[in-house]
Amino acid sequence: MHLHKYEKLWLIFGVSSLIVFLTVLGIGAFYKGMHPPSHLATIDPQNVEAHEAFKEENLGLRQLDEDKYIVSVIASAFNYNLGKDEDGASVNNIRIPVGSTVVFQVTTTDVVHGFQLAGTNVNMMVEPGYISSLETEFNKPGTYTLLCNEYCGTGHHYMAATVEVYQP
Amino acid sequence: MTMINNTSINKDDSSLVMAHMWVAFVSLFVGGLMGLLQTLVRSGTLTLPFGIGYYQILTVHGVILALVLTTFFIIGFQFSLMSKTVGMSNKQRDSAWFGFWIMLFGTVTTAVTILLGKASVLYTFYAPLKAYPTFYIGLALVVVGSWIGCFTNFRQLYVWKKKHKGEKSPLLAFMVVINMLLWFIATLGVAATVLIQFIPWSLGMVDTINVLVSRTLFWYFGHPLVYFWLLPAYMAWYAIIPKIIGGKIFSDSLARLSFVLFLMFSIPVGFHHQLTEPGIDPVWKFIQVVLTFMVIIPSLLTAFSMFATFEITGRKKGYTGLFGWIKGLPWKDVRFFAPMVGMIAFIPAGTGGIINASNQMNQVVHNTIWVTGHFHLTVGTTVILTFFGISYWLIPALTGRKLTAKINTLGLIQTIVWAFGMSIMSGSMHIAGLLGAPRRSSYSTYGGTEQASEWIGYQIGQAIGGSILFIGIILMVYIFINMVFLAPKGHEEFPLAEVSDDAEPTPMFLENWKLWIGITVALILFAYTIPFIDIIQHSPPGSPGFDMLIR
Ligand code: HEM
Ligand SMILES: [Cu+2]
Ligand SMILES: [Cu+2]
Repeated sequence: MHLHKYEKLWLIFGVSSLIVFLTVLGIGAFYKGMHPPSHLATIDPQNVEAHEAFKEENLGLRQLDEDKYIVSVIASAFNYNLGKDEDGASVNNIRIPVGSTVVFQVTTTDVVHGFQLAGTNVNMMVEPGYISSLETEFNKPGTYTLLCNEYCGTGHHYMAATVEVYQP
Repeated sequence: MTMINNTSINKDDSSLVMAHMWVAFVSLFVGGLMGLLQTLVRSGTLTLPFGIGYYQILTVHGVILALVLTTFFIIGFQFSLMSKTVGMSNKQRDSAWFGFWIMLFGTVTTAVTILLGKASVLYTFYAPLKAYPTFYIGLALVVVGSWIGCFTNFRQLYVWKKKHKGEKSPLLAFMVVINMLLWFIATLGVAATVLIQFIPWSLGMVDTINVLVSRTLFWYFGHPLVYFWLLPAYMAWYAIIPKIIGGKIFSDSLARLSFVLFLMFSIPVGFHHQLTEPGIDPVWKFIQVVLTFMVIIPSLLTAFSMFATFEITGRKKGYTGLFGWIKGLPWKDVRFFAPMVGMIAFIPAGTGGIINASNQMNQVVHNTIWVTGHFHLTVGTTVILTFFGISYWLIPALTGRKLTAKINTLGLIQTIVWAFGMSIMSGSMHIAGLLGAPRRSSYSTYGGTEQASEWIGYQIGQAIGGSILFIGIILMVYIFINMVFLAPKGHEEFPLAEVSDDAEPTPMFLENWKLWIGITVALILFAYTIPFIDIIQHSPPGSPGFDMLIR
């Protein structure tokens, strides 16, 4: 099939840019390990408490190391369960010192939910039967809105909490 | 025949196409009204009366615009193209009507279920939210009806080819068949999940549903769906607009090649909608991302062909200089102007799409209102304005009337109103999305965080843009009514462009259907077999239905 000379140039330019672009994505994904959240672990959605990470006492923020934390969350319509504070009240604000590395691990007991920390790259789907997990570093102090960004029912837009990154 | 006949295609075929157009334009009005209400609710200025839920109207909006309007307009338009290029026998017309009635019956069944408040699950109906069974049954009927349309179109071309041995098929008929092949292969996925998973589960015949399998089957369909919307617009760009501007088709073979590439590369890519989901191997996500970007090649071909046609035509009319030929284009002819504005909108729209599909970058925008801003540019502007552009000649051609100068002017205004309203609405959506505002969410202050308060200004921007857009909808509905009932009788041209004399002859391998279908199927098997088996083998326990959450 015949191609016009300019068309050939145009295609060569376009396809070369495409190759460069995909190479950059590939290096990011495979060499730098920046895959999108794709945790493969499964769980029984009717019995999530059977899993160590989602036992009542393990929910919410736990410190693992000097500046390493883990946050375990059970999502359900229309609430994120972040554990209880000393007074037995539900936690809906988590405080993390700036510069910390945090692993979020989240599961759901009912329908699909979203898990998005507005203003950060923390953004993943939470699906029944799976544990979603993602690691991030907090370098900017501030209050971030944690919200559900996948429709989960009539109260979907009320499903929210906050994460406060503070200067110790 | 001695009867005086103003319609550009025969009367019986006109009625068939018009029936589809009626459903499309009624849907436009209903869906547009819902859209307006959504923007008002989201900005905090309106609370819906009579216990109507936000997610109920959002379900109506998504289903009626993304699924009903598009499918009816496209199938109707394609029947007009087939009738014009390869003809339609009485039997074929009967089967087309049969498909139409099944689709309509399905649409009404689904619509009634939504209106009764029993299916506020949005147009993606993600399990394990559970709607009343008639919601899924209605959708299945729409798909089955559209398959009858597919096979009618296949048959039309087949019969024509048998009569014209050794000739290449007419370009537009070739394009229609490609698009219907794409639709048929894609809808197999959604039909599978609806028939095998959703219907038995919602009827209570089985207790649980495999969520990730259902989502994967849905998105196997969901991405080609958007190309099913886009390709009819490309048909108009490639093979109709050249005629309207007084030019010729730049190259028949490149047009066919790009359609073939769209067929191959629009299906094995659904994972790019599931990038942030657990349970799918990231290597396969990446492979599908690479395949996704292959559609850049036919897109580049299309952009080149379009601008080549424009430039050559402008220069032939005597306009010179590097960009002087732009003046040679009929900017005051709405049949050109509306699709042209749509094409221009495709520049930011396509750029946004590249961002969305960029593997890790998806995390920045996934499920934020940025995405909604993105597809109101693609389908809500590029595709819809091209469909409006088609309507300005197709409807009068079908009703045996004329597009008057007045309606032409009104159409120009409509196009500008739409582009203006959409820039504001979609622009606000894009910015709010980057700031983190979620899509598919009623008004909320998210516990009064500072971030959420920053979003409100952009929600108001969306309401302003949405109100302007709704004016655009009223104008378009009026234009439709005018072209059906009020415009003076006359003959409106059905503008079919011819191929340029300078174009190279079309090689016959482009019509090797077995080859193209074979490659398409092979690519799908390559992209999906291993990850799909993986998903099934590592399935968690299934999910019961949650129908109380949507009431
Ligand atoms: C008057 C014109 C329109 C307005 C004001 C409008 C407004 C909106 C708004 C505000 C949303 C987002 C709601 C949310 O996520 O909470 C939305 C969603 C949507 N719109 Fe439109 N829209 C219009 C026209 C269209 C057209 C012409 C199409 C397609 C042909 C379309 C297709 C969609 C789809 C598919 C969704 C997604 C629904 C979902 O997320 O479930 N809209 N629209
Ligand atoms: Cu939600
Ligand atoms: Cu897609």
